[in-house]
Amino acid sequence: MSDISFVRTEMLPEQDPPASTVGLIGWLRENLFSGWFNSILSLVSIYVIYVILSGLLSWAISPTWGAHSLNECREILAGLGREGHYAGACWGVISERWLQLMFGFYPPEHYWRVILAFVLVGVGLAPVLFDKAPRALLWFTPIFPFAVAWLLWGGTIWGPLVAMAGFVVGYFAYRFVSGIAGGLLGIIAAFAAPVIWWLFLAGPVAGALGAILPIGIEAVESRQFGGFMLSVTIGITAILISLPLGIVLALGRQSNLFIVKALCVGFIEFIRGVPLITLLFVASTLLNIFMPPGTNFDIILRVIIMVTLFAAAYMAEVIRGGLAALPKGQYEGADSLGLNYWQAQRLIIMPQALKISIPGIVSTFIGVFKDTTLVSIIGLLDPLGLSNAIRADTNWNGIVWEIYGFIALVFFIFCFSMSRYSMYLERKLQTGHH
Amino acid sequence: MTTLTDPPRESFKLSMLIYDTRYRSLTIQIVALIGFLLLIGWLIGNTAQNLADLGKEPSFGFLAEPAGYDINQRLLDYNSQDSHLRAGLIGLLNTLLVAVLGCITATVLGVVIGVLRLSKNWLVARLMTIYVEMFRNVPVLLWIVFTMAILIETLPAPRAFRGENPEASMMLSDSVAVTNRGVYIPEPLFSNSLGNVHLFGESAIRFDVSLDLIAFLAVLMAGFWVSAWIKRRADRIQEETGDRPTTWWQRIAVVVVPTGILLTVLGFHLGYPELKGFNFSGGIHLRNSLIALWLALSLYTAAFIAEIVRAGIMAINKGQTEAASALGLSPRRTMSLVILPQALRVIIPPLISNYLNLTKNSSLAIAVGYMDLTGTLMGITLNQTGRELETVLMGMLVYLTISLSISAVMNWYNNRVKLVER
Repeated sequence: MSDISFVRTEMLPEQDPPASTVGLIGWLRENLFSGWFNSILSLVSIYVIYVILSGLLSWAISPTWGAHSLNECREILAGLGREGHYAGACWGVISERWLQLMFGFYPPEHYWRVILAFVLVGVGLAPVLFDKAPRALLWFTPIFPFAVAWLLWGGTIWGPLVAMAGFVVGYFAYRFVSGIAGGLLGIIAAFAAPVIWWLFLAGPVAGALGAILPIGIEAVESRQFGGFMLSVTIGITAILISLPLGIVLALGRQSNLFIVKALCVGFIEFIRGVPLITLLFVASTLLNIFMPPGTNFDIILRVIIMVTLFAAAYMAEVIRGGLAALPKGQYEGADSLGLNYWQAQRLIIMPQALKISIPGIVSTFIGVFKDTTLVSIIGLLDPLGLSNAIRADTNWNGIVWEIYGFIALVFFIFCFSMSRYSMYLERKLQTGHH
Repeated sequence: MTTLTDPPRESFKLSMLIYDTRYRSLTIQIVALIGFLLLIGWLIGNTAQNLADLGKEPSFGFLAEPAGYDINQRLLDYNSQDSHLRAGLIGLLNTLLVAVLGCITATVLGVVIGVLRLSKNWLVARLMTIYVEMFRNVPVLLWIVFTMAILIETLPAPRAFRGENPEASMMLSDSVAVTNRGVYIPEPLFSNSLGNVHLFGESAIRFDVSLDLIAFLAVLMAGFWVSAWIKRRADRIQEETGDRPTTWWQRIAVVVVPTGILLTVLGFHLGYPELKGFNFSGGIHLRNSLIALWLALSLYTAAFIAEIVRAGIMAINKGQTEAASALGLSPRRTMSLVILPQALRVIIPPLISNYLNLTKNSSLAIAVGYMDLTGTLMGITLNQTGRELETVLMGMLVYLTISLSISAVMNWYNNRVKLVER
């Protein structure tokens, strides 16, 4: 045997990849200039970005933060040698009016109440939204809606407390009646007792308690609400109430009970078939006509009711989609374990259906929050309504882009963070194998 | 041996209504129905009481009274002496006009953006993502007023077109004028016109039908029908002999030639807008409010449609394309026979629901003064007559009808393309 061999016994050292496929150049070649069509697209894109950015930046970078009127802005810019219609932005209007855009005509000495209220919303929702938040906060979650309402509208503390007591009444009615007469009657009692409490007893009790022990903070009227505070108030209330309402409607629509199903379908299709603005017209002109003579309740409350109903109908459809997407085996599995309807819904169906519908639920939330701008059409002073008022001011007559830009930016921050949260939630709840 | 006997018949007890599952569902339904009827009765009772207190008996007589306000953008003839009903009808047509225009442009834009968002070009994909996020996360009402402000603030006034050296000039060889009062485009005119047919006399729903348009459409339809016949014939020949005759030029000719002859006979020409005094006259005037609403709704809805298209394309398994090539289908036929039918099943239902949203969002026209149904019936008519109940209910009913008809089309389509499962 000779030791002449045509087979290499050791490997050649690895060579570096060609310079044109790695690093910045490789990335550019692969992602931007792979072929003539892509190159043209890239060049056009770069040109578009350049035109937009150069125009926008030269306008937006403008030292007018301290100006008190549009004329002053123009003088400052003229002093810098910048003339013309689009010489520069007039940021003075934002620095002077941003508090108004945030709080509307809420009394400035009470701004802390609004800020505290929204901090409380955050604290109350944190344990629901993030599992890293301390669990001890959960006891605060059921209380915060009442605390927030009291802080925003003010007045005597007994109103919210008595309203909250309705739930306690319901709980005790359930315990008491179900002990005597069985579960189903107990549930009926648990619904009936609070309603009786709120309708007939709450008012006098709160009045009496207020007379004995007057604790309260200065009341603020609804028409002083405005700006983003109004949007957030309407938006958060509608979002929080519409989710449970939507679940109930979705279950009703999926149920075998013909009349219940027909009522739910009718409600959902009616609400989804008309534009929100017509529902707001109902809130502003008709809702008082539908109520017993002499009732005259708050315009913001009326708007919240209609926006909530609107959101609930959309939510119901989203959740119905989640329910329909569950394989039939899940329902059959729950049945075979001997779970009754509510147990099956609570333990098996809903957790999965809600998880599937998270993207839809969150985009409904975003839609509702964006739609709160429509209240400006029926004369409430949300940011868009205020922008008209500000533009009518003689000092700022002629301002357009600064205010709209500011409002758009704030909305974008709110909505974009909501959609990022939904992605986080989807990842967190991901149980598939990847 | 055991025998099965019927269980002893229980006598009916009242508690069985609640505890026996045979009767419980019935009980629940009857309770729900009674509760619902009580609620409705309560609302109607309150309403009747309140209206009686205000001295406003519900009636629709106001619809026949003269409206007394003008509508500047309209499809049918209208003057301020016409009835409120006529004004509402003009408003409804305006709603439909902006909805149809918006749906078309939003679809085109949305498909382009959705496809570009999947592009391998990093920069283009990022730009389209920014577009989508920008429009989806800012309220549509803000986009509408913003677009209106852009049109009013940045476009030249009609007087800028005057003089020897005008600051602004018309576009497309002097046929289109873009001004801050709106856009003027050429209108089609016929010098040997066949005239109009006037329908429904002087009633609120009167309208003129242009015979020229009818003739044009008839010839066009006939052309397409003949073209389809030629295609069927070619298909048959291909089935029988294996050879497909070349028909593309015949199919184009049967559509184009008769239509062209008809237009020549009728003396078709375009009426161009002209600057007269301080404003343009002639041509078709699309007002700012219409353009702003149309643009803003299209751009906004396009962002949503882009996401739908993207999801639809991504939903098709790559194996489908590979299987199609394994069967020997050409890329074009793969697209039309395999990919598109499946992608469209995913795309079309949410697409139609976005059309529905666009139509409903067009009610925000009131913010820029475009006189749609909300602006006429639920706007000025409501304010002038004080008939909140009747106008708002009528308006809701009309929107509901539009929505339910679109939903019916969608359900029909869904049932047709549904996958058959157990």
